[in-house]
Amino acid sequence: MSTISNTEEGLRYLDEFRDPALARQLLETLHDQCDRLSQQRQKPLQIMEVCGGHTHSIFRYGLHDLLPDSIELVHGPGCPVCVLPKGVIDDCLRIATAPDTILASFGDALRVPGAKKSLLQARAEGADVRVVYSPLDALNLARQHPDKTVVFFALGFETTLPATALALQQARASSVDNFLVYSNHITILATIRAILQSPDMRLDGFLGPGHACMIIGTEVFRFVPERFGIPFVVAGFEPLDILQSITMIVNQHLNRAPALENQYTRVVRDHGNAVALQAITEVFEVRESFEWRGLGAIDQSGLRLRAAYRAFDAEHCFDLGQQKIPDPSHCQCGEVLKGVLKPSQCKLYSNQCTPEQPQGALMVSSEGACAAYYNYGVPRDQCA
Amino acid sequence: MISVPEHITLSQGAGGRDMQRLLDDVIYQYLDPLSLQRDDAATFALNSLAQSGDRLAFTTDTYTVSPLRFRGGDIGALAVNGTVNDLACSGAIPRFLSLSLIIEEGFALEELRFYLQSLQQAAHSAEVTIVTGDTKVMPRGAIDGLVINTSGLGVIPSDRQPGIDRLKTGDTVIVSGFIGDHGTAILGARSDLQLDIDVTSDCKAITPLTELLFAHGGVRFVRDATRGGLAAVLNEIASSSQQGVRVRETAIPVRPAVRSTCELLGFDPLSLANEGTFVAVLAADTAGSALEELRRHPHGLHATAIGEITDRRPGKVELESAFGATRLLDMPRGELLPRIC
Repeated sequence: MSTISNTEEGLRYLDEFRDPALARQLLETLHDQCDRLSQQRQKPLQIMEVCGGHTHSIFRYGLHDLLPDSIELVHGPGCPVCVLPKGVIDDCLRIATAPDTILASFGDALRVPGAKKSLLQARAEGADVRVVYSPLDALNLARQHPDKTVVFFALGFETTLPATALALQQARASSVDNFLVYSNHITILATIRAILQSPDMRLDGFLGPGHACMIIGTEVFRFVPERFGIPFVVAGFEPLDILQSITMIVNQHLNRAPALENQYTRVVRDHGNAVALQAITEVFEVRESFEWRGLGAIDQSGLRLRAAYRAFDAEHCFDLGQQKIPDPSHCQCGEVLKGVLKPSQCKLYSNQCTPEQPQGALMVSSEGACAAYYNYGVPRDQCA
Repeated sequence: MISVPEHITLSQGAGGRDMQRLLDDVIYQYLDPLSLQRDDAATFALNSLAQSGDRLAFTTDTYTVSPLRFRGGDIGALAVNGTVNDLACSGAIPRFLSLSLIIEEGFALEELRFYLQSLQQAAHSAEVTIVTGDTKVMPRGAIDGLVINTSGLGVIPSDRQPGIDRLKTGDTVIVSGFIGDHGTAILGARSDLQLDIDVTSDCKAITPLTELLFAHGGVRFVRDATRGGLAAVLNEIASSSQQGVRVRETAIPVRPAVRSTCELLGFDPLSLANEGTFVAVLAADTAGSALEELRRHPHGLHATAIGEITDRRPGKVELESAFGATRLLDMPRGELLPRIC
C-alpha cells in the first residue's frame, strides 16, 4: 500500500519544473537563439519529440504556441498504444474470449479498436478483461485464480519492459503455472533508427525518450549525432525540461556541433539501469521484425520471450499473430508518425477520426499525437 | 418475535409478510414517522408549498458507486445529497425525497442499516423529508450490492430565475471549493489500486452555500460539478449558452493529494467527479461580495473566481495555463483509464 499525502511537499519537485518565471526566461533565451540562427538558415528547425509523454506536456502547457516560429515540433512514434497493429488486438480478443481465461492489461490498451471491436467492447459482451497497473498485478491475479489462465497483454517500450521481465522471473521462480504473457514489447531504439533511414527523413533534432533512457541509458543513441549529424537531447517531461532541451538543440545548431546530450540527468544515467537491463536480457530476445501500425514492419524492433520462458509464452498456447489487418487506406498515420504531415493535415482528422471513433493509431491513446491535437482543440484547417 | 434475517432474501422483495417485516423493522426505523404516508402516493397541500415559491422543481437520479463506502461518504449520503444538490442548482429549496432501494440478494442487513442511517442523517442535515419509496430485491449477481434511486421535489422562490439563457459577457465564473476530491476518494477506496490517499470526498448538500448566493443576488446559473467534473460543467455552460468560457488554470483550487494522484495515474483533476462542489456564474459586479459571503461559511472557505464568460469563442472553454498559453478544454470522454506510462 502506497500513501499519497495531502501536502505540497511531494509536489514541490514537480512544481519546480513548471515554474512560469523560469519558463519565460528559457523562452527569451530560445527566441534570442532563434534570431541568431535565422542568420544562418531560412528553414524552420524540425524537432521530433519522440515520446507521447512529451507531446502530451507540450499541449497541456500550450508550449507549441509559445515557441518561436522557427521551431517546428514533429510528434514522434513514442506512444506504445498507438502503434499496436489491429491484428494484435484481435489476438487479444481471441484470448479474452477463450474459456476460463482472464486477459489483463494496462487501461488505455483496452480502448484500441481491433478489426471489429475493442477489448472494452468485448468486456461489455462478457469477456473477462481486467485493468492492471503493473504486470505484477496480473501475476497476482493468476495466484488468486488458480482455476483460470491469466494472460498479461504486455506492451510498451523499454520503459515497461523491466516490469514484465520481473513478473516473468517471479512467475518462474514460484512456479505459477497459470500465468502467460503475450509480448508486444517494442524498442524505441530500432524505431528511431528506422526513422533516420527513411527516405523522407528531414528532422533537425530529437527530444530523446526520457523514460526509455532511464532503462537503456543515453550512450545507445550516440550514433544519431555521430552518424547522421543530428542533435539528440534526452529530455524530461515537465515544461521546463522540454523548453531547456529545445534550447540545447538550437545551441548545437548555432555551434554547428551536433551532439548527444542529457537534459534529464535527475533520472537518466549514461549507461541506464544495469539491474533492469539484466532482467530484460534474461527474459527477452529480439524478433527479426515487428509490425507497427502506421509504420509497417521494422527490423529488430520487437521483443519476444526467450526459450527458457516458453512455458509462459501466450504465443505458444494460443494461435496468435497470424492476421494482418491494414488500417483504412485513406488513413495517414504513417506520414504523421514520420513527421511528414501534422495531425491536423490528415484527411480524416476530426471528421472521420475522433477519440470516440478512432480510425488510425494516433487517435487511440490520449498520448497519441492526433488525440493530443484533438483534445486540446487544434482545428482541422489550422496547418493544412 | 421473529427477527429479520441477517442477509437480505428474495422473499423480502416479494411484497408479502417478509417484506412487510423488512419495512417495519428496518427501513421505516430510519425514516421520519410523521412524514410516512403508507398510501400508494405521498400527497402535499398545494397552498403550503405555494407559500415558499411560485414554481416546483422535480428531479431524479440513480446512485451506484463501487465501493459503497469511501472516505467522507457512502451510497446513502450520496443518494440524498446528489438529488438535493440538483434541486438546489435550479434555485429550489429542497423539500421532499422519494427513496427506492434495489438490494442484491444476500446483502448484509447490518450494511443496509448503515446506509439507511447515513441516508437519514444526510436528509436531516439537508432539511428534506423522505415521503415515499419502494424496495426491490434482485437475485445474487444481478446487481452490485445496493442501488438507490431518489427523486426530489423542491419549491423555487419567485425571485429566483437562474438559467443558462441569462449569461452575459463579462460574468464571473466561480467554484465553491476544491475540485476532484470525490473522484480521488473513490480511487483511494478501490482496493486494486493499493493507494492510501489522504483525501475525503466532498459529498455534502450544497444548499447552505446556494442559499447564501441566492440571498445575495446576481446569480445567473448554478450547476454541481458531478460526473465529468469541472471540465464537463464548463463545457455544458459554453455549449448550451453558445458563449465562451475562459478560465485560469492556476486559479482552480485542487488539493495537493488530488494533484499527486492525478500525476501518478495520468488523470486530469478537472475531469474528476465532485459530489458537493458547484460552479456558479455570477454578475461581475456582485461576484466579489458574493465570494466574501461564501468564504465566511465553513463549506465555502475555498470558494474562488476561476474565470469569466467571454464572446471570443462561442461554445468553447478556453484554459489559460500558468505560462500564459491558452488551450481548449474539451468535454471529458469515455471511461477514465489510467495511462500506460
